[in-house]
Amino acid sequence: MATVASKLYSDDGSLLVLLLDTNPLFWSNTSTTFSQFLSHVLAFLNAVLGLNQLNQVVVIATGYCSCDYIYDSSLTLSGNSESGRTGMPALFASFLEKLEDFIVKDEELIKEQEHDERIASSLLSGSLSMALCYIQRVFRSGHLHPQPRILCLQGSPDGPEQYVAVMNSIFSAQRLMVPIDSCYIGTQNSAFLQQASYITGGVHHAPKQLDGLFQFLTTIFATDLHTRSFVQLPKPVGVDFRASCFCHKKTIDMGYVCSVCLSIFCEHHKKCSTCGSVFGQSKLDGASTVSEKKRKAPDS
Amino acid sequence: MSNQRKRPNGEREEDDEEDDAEGIGQWERAYVDDRSWEALQEDESGLLRPIDTSAIYHAQYRRRLRMLSAAAAGTRIQKGLIRYLYIVIDFSRAAAETDFRPSRMAIMAKHVEAFIREFFDQNPLSQIGLVSIKNGIAHTLTDLGGSPESHIQALMGKLEAAGDSSLQNALELVHEHLNQIPSYGHREVLILYSALSTSDPGDIMETIQKCKKSRLRCSVIGLSAEMFICKHLCQETGGLYSVAVDEVHLKDLLLEHAPPPPAIAEFAISNLIKMGFPQRAAEGSMAICSCHKEVKIGAGYTCPRCKARVCELPTECTICGLTLVSSPHLARSYHHLFPIAPFDEVPTLASSNDPRRKVGKSCFGCQQSLLGAGNKPGPCVTCRKCKHYFCLDCDIYIHESLHNCPGCESTHRPKSVSLMEE
Repeated sequence: MATVASKLYSDDGSLLVLLLDTNPLFWSNTSTTFSQFLSHVLAFLNAVLGLNQLNQVVVIATGYCSCDYIYDSSLTLSGNSESGRTGMPALFASFLEKLEDFIVKDEELIKEQEHDERIASSLLSGSLSMALCYIQRVFRSGHLHPQPRILCLQGSPDGPEQYVAVMNSIFSAQRLMVPIDSCYIGTQNSAFLQQASYITGGVHHAPKQLDGLFQFLTTIFATDLHTRSFVQLPKPVGVDFRASCFCHKKTIDMGYVCSVCLSIFCEHHKKCSTCGSVFGQSKLDGASTVSEKKRKAPDS
Repeated sequence: MSNQRKRPNGEREEDDEEDDAEGIGQWERAYVDDRSWEALQEDESGLLRPIDTSAIYHAQYRRRLRMLSAAAAGTRIQKGLIRYLYIVIDFSRAAAETDFRPSRMAIMAKHVEAFIREFFDQNPLSQIGLVSIKNGIAHTLTDLGGSPESHIQALMGKLEAAGDSSLQNALELVHEHLNQIPSYGHREVLILYSALSTSDPGDIMETIQKCKKSRLRCSVIGLSAEMFICKHLCQETGGLYSVAVDEVHLKDLLLEHAPPPPAIAEFAISNLIKMGFPQRAAEGSMAICSCHKEVKIGAGYTCPRCKARVCELPTECTICGLTLVSSPHLARSYHHLFPIAPFDEVPTLASSNDPRRKVGKSCFGCQQSLLGAGNKPGPCVTCRKCKHYFCLDCDIYIHESLHNCPGCESTHRPKSVSLMEE
């Protein structure tokens, strides 16, 4: 029944794929606890589902060691029988159960491979790829489907080693015309999310305080894409276009680019580690002399 | 079979004598070749089953993928990504012929437009210039540049054909332009030639040798018939020569030139180029840009070395001379460098014994059930690295558009096993 109805009127229904950052390494040292955060998010999801009966919500958890589907509102519609073991509304009982399972599993995986890594980044590339696969499936299902968009709720810092994969996902989303909205709740800036939203035409926002997160979420990210054009959205505050170098996985704003394969390096190498071409020294010197000439020219 | 479709009527009937072709209309021909009725199947009760084309489609795709990966394995992934390409379009008398409808000229323009867009999508940092041949003289339509719109505009404004064609004049002009570009760039010429002759002021063989010496890679797509001089030119300079039989073929031939060609070491000297990745300033911020020396309100980019403001990317900073590019521009081509391995097909029979199979009842990417009709395991594929299962549709999407394996991306890899090793 539900599927027939959604096929007929799906033009203003939207599919929201929410990527939820569950990275325990991030949530263990924030001022807001994960449960507070979760109550904002659950209220937001309820609001989205309440806005339009054709709206669909899919939640994918972005962990430190794994990613998984947590909740799909199109599936729970049919199996409505098992209501709150936990005393929660039936809609989200399964959500919380699955989320708990996921986090426990994820933490076990972290313990398995103890690495003293500096950056506690989440696997954004994985959850983005999964979200795009899901959306691709929705596109396959027929002409009339809810309009998809992705919302990243990210707190942990970017993992420079995911640079290529994240960029690949962003370009694929751009080709599918799926906007990636992003709400960054961490302390630093996220270059990945800024670029993702900029390239795909989504909205990026980094709220200063997390107390009113629900309000930020509903006023900026709840409306469907058509309504969005009438809403006063926060002005973009610039885009961080820095890239990650291939050799040390550092985020850099200036670097060396191989002319054959366009790999980015943070320091001068003799040989390109990606494509194997051997570099001459000439251009490097040439460039510096050119710039010196240019600098001298206006003086003289 | 597609070769026969577009030929004039008289010729076609002679070709197809062995067929029972006399009364067959053009539109039927496609179906005769397909023999689609032979693929029909009946189920137990004698009803016709809908034809499942997805399996065939997927098999085709796998063949293509295998071919690509085999080619990639042979040559190390070394591609000339910084290309300087001149497109030479022959607008001589022959371009007005109407064997391509509405005319060769219109068809060329239409597909060159599509090609230019595709080219810039696949080759960031590359540049295109346009040259036309008319009345025996080569004209520069646009200089080398990176903006597709300006090229397309210039091309569409000049659609008329007249006079003879001259290959030599075109080559001389292009050679003059391309000789000035930096040594790390790949110099390429793509000629769309519709005439069957060339009227040259001098010895064209000398010009060809000159192009060879300057390492110009010349490719020709003919619209009428094969010509010796074109073939010779392509052989000498290492380009491709092909003749289009119909419109679809022409489009395919053109788009073949869009992906970066394998770099040949001697063609361009590889170099490390120092580049900056400027940040985009906030909307509505005010600054004086260094390129126009004007006060501009709105987004601009800031050079990371000298903090000067520039309006557009890619460019060279006017103050410190640093090459400024937008990093997403570069990243667009990275899937060429780190292709994901093709997935293995899971044999449907053996899979029922596989204990892992019970875990993977649904596609890891899209959660679609992998069970076919009657709860039998349907066709699926698996990634060699992460051992997750994927449905056929996701397989195609992952390899053709996404270029990421969702399974591998959602497992945490230790730092040592990253890109450096590959």
